[in-house]
Amino acid sequence: MPPVLSIRNLNKVYKGGLAALTNIDLEIEKGEIFALLGPNGAGKTTLINAVCGIVTPSTGEITAAGRNIQRDYRAARSMIGLVPQELTTDAFETVWDTVTFSRGLFGRAPNPAFIEQILKDLSLHDKRKSRIMELSGGMKRRVMIAKALSHEPEILFLDEPTAGVDVELRRDMWKMVRGLRERGVTIILTTHYIEEAEEMADRVGVIRKGKLILVEEKTELMKKLGKKKLTLHLAEPMSALPAGLEDWDLALGKNGGELEYVFDTQSGRTGVSALLRRLTELGVQFRDLDTHSSSLEDIFVDLVHENA
Amino acid sequence: MADTTSTTTTGPTESVTHIAHAQVGAFNAYGVWAIYRFQMARWFRTLGESLATPVITTALYFVVFGSALGSRINEVGGVPFGSFIVPGLIMLSLFTNSIFNASFGIYFPKFTGTIYEVLSAPISSLEIVIGYVGAAATKSVMLGLVILGTAYFFVPVQVLHPVAMVAILFLVSFTFSLFGFAIGIWAQSFEQLNFIPMLIVTPLTFLGGAFYTIDMLPPGWRDIALFNPVVYLISGFRWTFFALQDVSLAASLGATFGFLLVCLGVVAWMFKTGYRLKN
Repeated sequence: MPPVLSIRNLNKVYKGGLAALTNIDLEIEKGEIFALLGPNGAGKTTLINAVCGIVTPSTGEITAAGRNIQRDYRAARSMIGLVPQELTTDAFETVWDTVTFSRGLFGRAPNPAFIEQILKDLSLHDKRKSRIMELSGGMKRRVMIAKALSHEPEILFLDEPTAGVDVELRRDMWKMVRGLRERGVTIILTTHYIEEAEEMADRVGVIRKGKLILVEEKTELMKKLGKKKLTLHLAEPMSALPAGLEDWDLALGKNGGELEYVFDTQSGRTGVSALLRRLTELGVQFRDLDTHSSSLEDIFVDLVHENA
Repeated sequence: MADTTSTTTTGPTESVTHIAHAQVGAFNAYGVWAIYRFQMARWFRTLGESLATPVITTALYFVVFGSALGSRINEVGGVPFGSFIVPGLIMLSLFTNSIFNASFGIYFPKFTGTIYEVLSAPISSLEIVIGYVGAAATKSVMLGLVILGTAYFFVPVQVLHPVAMVAILFLVSFTFSLFGFAIGIWAQSFEQLNFIPMLIVTPLTFLGGAFYTIDMLPPGWRDIALFNPVVYLISGFRWTFFALQDVSLAASLGATFGFLLVCLGVVAWMFKTGYRLKN
């Protein structure tokens, strides 16, 4: 099946000479949830805006379901919904009017039943006659989503969808995103909450300084780059590592009260058994031990620092 | 316009599977209507203020210019001075309101950031212009007619060529709304939004024969006044009322269409280059 979104050799250089995007190549499969991660100013929003037609690419080609976003913009854009990062709303309009406006703007015939259902699904129905300025930040975020869904897009961009929303709303949004995916909508989201990507994404892309430095299946990424840390809580604190432990990359933590060993889970020999045997031989006693797998956040931080 | 939307009773997320890939046709009429309706709704919400201000201002003009000065200037070209100034007053309001409505209409979404939605929608530049400028021009035409109605309460008014009057009303409203639209795209602050209307348009209107004919000016000033494009617009409009004109009707229409073409060209260039709309 051809990708629902294809980006080839995309470059964006702003007037001042800032290269916001450099040689971006990316293909998104239909129905997947793709998380785009990157530090502030990495180019995430520029990439989304280039796809949506808000930023004009310097070079490169973008197609949505095979439709070029510049030459065949009507067909391409009608498939795409965007929830921008900023809460940009018409403060004086009612929820109903602004969502209805969005549907019409995208060339869709009026369908009050559909709008009503969106508002119900996003718990906005009882606020439909309220002006947006009267809503809380979380509610405004829901309105932005309702607007983006109003024309029934096949590709949905969520630019920092849960920034500044409470935990309950975040969980609701995750549920909604999963529901959309189950029904065939392709989701591309940017987020600062790595746990969000870890929780939801099928694939992860990491962008840094306008370059896409990695695109990988999330589970594969965590397998490949994931590390584990063994922490031994020592019975007696140490001031220095005893001789005879040079074969392991060990570090002392918590004022010598903990011995830490980071190892690669994919390696054939992790060295854990040998380390424990050697510690016993050396008479090092410990009260407890635990292991911690690196999260997507740890991997992300490593990647970004590696490429700094 | 093709639309294959499924009517759903099961919710937006579920309905997505039923989309038979909706396509926007060659003309996004729903999009144009959405913009037009949205802009008009904003105006209707503040209809009282939108109409009261220009009506009161016009009434004041009649009091000051019609009564105070009218007692000293009895007639101009055989028309009582109070009646003579009606076309000029309508034009004055038309210029300022067309520019204000259209410039604010596009500047406000730029200011709030909601312009992203218009820029990412499957709608052409022409359709965007029709939606925004059409709404601004509609408001101006309605306002012009309200001012005309107000004038009947103060002075006797005759319209010798009503069809031409309405046609010029539409033409000037659309032209100046287009001009205002370009100002709205150009402006980067509320101060800039008012800069051209206050510093250029209003002076040109006052010097453009809104309250006098340029024949009343000394010879040298009359020649200078002919470089003021507003003279041509007011002259053409006044002709529809009293068959009085400072310049020929052909020159008036030529100047109006010329200005319309310039505005169209500027707006087309703005969209083509993304000037102050896109990065």
